[in-house]
Formats: sequence, structure tokens, C-alpha cells
Amino acid sequence: MIGKLFSTCLPYILSGISVGGQYALIAIGYTMVYGILRLINFAHGDIFMVAGLIMVYSNVALTPLFMNMGLSAGSAFIVSIISSVVIVLVLTVILGLTIEKAAYRPLRNAPRMSVMISAIGVSYLIQNAAIYITGGLAKPYPASGAAMPWLSDQITIGSTSIKRVTVITPILTILLVVALVLLIKKTKIGMAMRAVSKDFRTSRLMGIEVNNVISVTFFIGSFLAAVGSLLYFTNYASVTPTSGAMPGLKAFVAAVFGGIGSVPGAVVGAFIIGICENILKGLDNILSTAGVFKDGFTFGFATFSDAFTFILLIVILCVKPTGLFGEKNTDKV
Amino acid sequence: MKKSRTDMIFNLSLVALIFAAVIIVENIPGVNPMLSTVLKKGSIYALVAVSMNLLNGFTGLFSLGQAGFMLLGAYTYAVITIPDSAREKVYMYVKEGSAVSRAWFDNISNALHMSEDVSKLLIMIIGMLAGGLIAAFFSWLIGLPVLKLKRDYLAIATLGFAEIIRAIFQWDKLGPVTNGSNVLRNFPTFKTAVFPLTVSALCILFIVLLINSTYGRAFKAIRDDEIAAEAMGINLAHHKRLAFVISSFFAGIGGALLAMFQNTLQATPFKSAMTYEILLIVVIGGIGSISGSIIASFLYISASEWWLRGLDSGKFLFIESPAVLRGGFRMVVFSVIIMIIVLFFRKGIMGEKEISVTRFLKLFKKKDEKNKEI
Repeated sequence: MIGKLFSTCLPYILSGISVGGQYALIAIGYTMVYGILRLINFAHGDIFMVAGLIMVYSNVALTPLFMNMGLSAGSAFIVSIISSVVIVLVLTVILGLTIEKAAYRPLRNAPRMSVMISAIGVSYLIQNAAIYITGGLAKPYPASGAAMPWLSDQITIGSTSIKRVTVITPILTILLVVALVLLIKKTKIGMAMRAVSKDFRTSRLMGIEVNNVISVTFFIGSFLAAVGSLLYFTNYASVTPTSGAMPGLKAFVAAVFGGIGSVPGAVVGAFIIGICENILKGLDNILSTAGVFKDGFTFGFATFSDAFTFILLIVILCVKPTGLFGEKNTDKV
Repeated sequence: MKKSRTDMIFNLSLVALIFAAVIIVENIPGVNPMLSTVLKKGSIYALVAVSMNLLNGFTGLFSLGQAGFMLLGAYTYAVITIPDSAREKVYMYVKEGSAVSRAWFDNISNALHMSEDVSKLLIMIIGMLAGGLIAAFFSWLIGLPVLKLKRDYLAIATLGFAEIIRAIFQWDKLGPVTNGSNVLRNFPTFKTAVFPLTVSALCILFIVLLINSTYGRAFKAIRDDEIAAEAMGINLAHHKRLAFVISSFFAGIGGALLAMFQNTLQATPFKSAMTYEILLIVVIGGIGSISGSIIASFLYISASEWWLRGLDSGKFLFIESPAVLRGGFRMVVFSVIIMIIVLFFRKGIMGEKEISVTRFLKLFKKKDEKNKEI
């Protein structure tokens, strides 16, 4: 009985950990930008979506190119995927930096509400541009399905078989986060970042090039969002212009949950949200297996898998607004 | 005092003039049907934008829950007003059938021998009010914990609340009431633009009166400096809740009107994108200006539904290029315009000012005086 229950739960938990890792990579971008600029970068989720689209288009463009160069169809595809990954990383970072320069930098001394509105405007622009370019259709992701070798291979853990990317994601996430934490704690630019997030004006007086620090923050955030997007969309079949909005919002909730401004907090929050959400998706199934729900009764928990994140947000904001690892911030009169 | 009276008379006569124009335009056959759409949708958006402005512009509460409250209003309206004869067909995908009936109303209307038109109008008004009240009730409920939060946290919490509402309305266990994720239809709707214009004009008038009252001054004080306002004896929690509930009430009525405009109702379009759209209208009009919001709504709807249509269909002004001007290009151009406004004309069309004939006249007077000096 317990063994059966465990084997019912396991796939949900595993995919939860994987989704959590992807949310974590997006959440870091939110939490770092918020830590420094006190801005919810609403466009971050859309940057994530654009990274997915870049992958789609660059792969479509590059595969025939490599085939013309004399490679066989299979190897041309692999080479084009690998070079597309590089293109995705570079272009996404450029996009992130451009948005910061064009839409946020001119408003540096404006009220915070204006910057937030600008972020919403950028998100609106990116989504509309994506609808125009894709024609509003879902674009199949090249790396998903059987086409992507190795990453999409099925492997078996216990009695469940899952894609390899599900196992790779959390490992890769944790490696990247450790590297990031080391960067923040040990390097000079990391020290500058910490200083700017503590006090914007004083750090400028101390000779820190604040604009450079902000650019680096956006660089890191967009880079991690691109990595997250590669992993996320490998699990899903296609990219649509709005497919960045929900993961973006959830990652933001994860950042708030962990204590906004704190990188480890965002990661922990993201894993918790990812796991809870996926368990909720399978809760009807799990409870039926456990014998709580009888005679085919279902509650329809899956409808609430998105809403759950926001319920969690409202609860955490009311109980502990600073999140799990956030610093306490008092308002001075 | 005298000045404001002149302004008020001027504004009221302006509204009366617009109404007369609308009635005439609607009754002339062969007028561009787009104009009627713009008038209907524009007046609905004007109401919702003004209600959002009451929160964001006048009370300084950055809330992004508007779509959620509109959804509440729209669904309440539709569920209450669908005639019983049509219910079986509308709820055909729900096993249990509809759990709500409007027999109580039909009985009253039969007992009083109301004509069909009167009875339809009455149920529409009852439905709208109920929609507003339900939205207001939920906003009061969510306001208890959420209104304590500061700016960005409030924004994200209200945005989350709207998503929760949307999920609940699509839940199949609530099917007998909300029809799950299926379409609601056959509820009474309006034919001419006079109805939505009248309703939103009345609602906006109420909001204007509220803003010019003691409450309105308290709201503005909270917006300008919360701590100072509290020190002056303004009850922060009470006033914030009041603004939030009233704004949601009108958002609910706006939602009901939107349901009537669309003829059918589903929860999916009430996403955060809708809230963003309304927020951008408020920004274009000027945060803190009622007349700005109204002008911006009509401009926004005319541009997106009518003037820029050509950008989608391959022919705009004198340019003809089906390759570039295809589906979606309109919205790209549109969002670029919005970004330009957000970045370079942060005050929007009106800033914090209102349309005022006295100020307009003063402008000329000053010029005259200057000319005399020279």
C-alpha cells in the first residue's frame, strides 16, 4: 500500500523539483533586480519567453545551413542545437541589457511607480511583438520530444521513468546558484552589488559605478532566465507569446516567499512552490490511491495549481512580509 | 466657488451635448458601425479606468486587481439575469444543471404586470448592482489582509488575487453556478450606446462627487504623504478600505457592462493583461485626472478598434505592404506609442488637471495681459 502510494507520488515530486529548479533560475533575476532597484521587473517573464522563441527560430534557420555544409540530418540538428544554445544565451542577455538601458535607466530618478509602469509597458510590448512575429501560434520547441538526444532520453528511477532533463535541472540550478553566491560574496563586483542594494546613494558617493553594477545584475538575471528557459521548454512541447507570464509571476512569488533580495531564499522558495504545485496537480490521483477519495470522486485540485501560488503569496505577505530569509526593513519618517 | 460652479455647468452641458450627439448619430442609418462600438466599449473602459484611477491616482494604492473585480461583476450579472427558459441550454455541459433561478424576479414582474421592456431594464439594473456589490464584498474581504502592504507588494498581491478568482470561476465543482469553463450567454444585453454611456456617466459622476468631498481630500492626503495624513487624524485603514471597496464596486459594474457588450462571457480573457491595459489607459490619460482617464479610454479604444485597424490588414494610410502589415502589427505599433508616452510624457494627456473652462479662459486672459504690457 505504502509502496504503491510512494510510486504514485514520486513522478509528481520529481517533476516538482525540476520545475522548482526552473522557477529558481527565473526568480534569481527578479530578486537581484528588486534588491538593487526596488523594481518588480514585470518584463522578466517575457524575457524568459523570448529566449524560448529565439531557440525555435535560430534552430529553424541553422539546421538547413549546417546540412548544406555537408553534415547528415541528425548531426546537423545536434550542431544547430548546440550553436542555438549559445545564440540564445547571447541574445537574451543583450535583450535584458537593452531593456534596462532603454526603459529603466531614463526613469532612474522618477517615482518608483513610473518605473513599474514602464516595466508593465515593456512586458506588453514584448508580448505584442511576439504575437506579431509568431502570428499568435504556438511554436514547437525543437529540443522537446524525441528529437533532442540525451536530454530527452527516458531514464528510470525506482519504478517511474522520466526525461533526463528532469534530473539535470535541479543539479544544474544548484551549481549555478553556488557559483552566483560565490560571485556575490567573494568578488569585487559582488561586493559592489551588495553595497548598492544596501544604499543606492551612499555607494554612488563611495565611487561605485552604479549603472555598471545594475547592468551586471541584468546580465546575470537574463543569463539565468535563458538557461531556465532552455530547461523549461525542453519539458514542454511549445512556446506561445504568453507562456512567459505565468512562470514569471510564479518565480516572483518564489522570490517574495524566500525573502526578496536574497538569492538562496529565492531558490528555496522556488523549489517549495514547484513541488507544492506539482503535488497539487496530482493530489486527486494520490488521494484516490490512498483511499481517501472513493468511488472515483475527484475534487479538481489541479484547477488550483496556479492559484495556489498566489494564495501562498497572500498568506506569506500577511504572516511574514519579509519572507523566509529577507532582511527586516523599517520605514524612516 | 464661483469658478468651480462655472466649470460644473460647463462640464454638465458638455456631457448633455455628447449625449444628444450620440442619440442623433445612433439613429442615422449608414453611420460607420465602428463608431457605435467605440462609444460602447469606450464608455465601459472609461468607467473602469476612472475606478482604477480612484485607487492608483487619488489614494496612491497601486492595485492590479481590476480584472478580478470585473470578472466578479460580469459573472454575477450573467448568472443572475439569464432567463430561466434559456438556462437549460446554457448549462448543458453541467451535469446538475443551473443552481440559480430568476423565477423570483419573473414572479414579481408578472404580479406587477410590468411590460417586457421595463422588466428587462429592471433585471439589468438589479444584475449590475448585484455585480458591483459582490465585487465590493470580495474587495472588502481581500482588503483586510492585503491593504496593509506597501506599494509593490500590494500590486502583486492584488494581481494574485485576480488570478485566484479566475481559477475559482473555472473550477468544475462550481459548475452549477458559474458553468465551469464553459461560455455563459443569453443574458439580457443593450442594443444602443446610450445605455452604457448613461450608466458610466452616472457612476463617474458619483466618483467625481466623492473625490471632491471630505473623503476625497483624505484620499489625496494619504496619497501625498501617508504618515503626515495619519498625523492629521485621518484613519488610514478605514479610508484605504473605503477607496478599495468603492473602486471595486464600480469595476464590478464595469465588468457587468463588458459582459453585456460581449454578449457571451468566459473567465479566460480576464487575465492580468486586461488589468495592464486599463492601467496603461490611466497612465495615458494622466494618473490623478478623471477627465484624462475618460479621454484616454475613448482614444485608446478608437485607436485599437478602429483607426489602427489598417495596420493589421495590410493597408494603412497610403502604405500597402501585406508582408509587414499583418495580424498583430497594430498592437506592436500601439505598444510602442504607449512606451513613448510612459517614458517621455510621464504626465499623460492631462497630468493631474481636469478639463476646466475657467482655466481655459484664463489662458487667453493672460495672453491678452502680456500683449498689453508689450
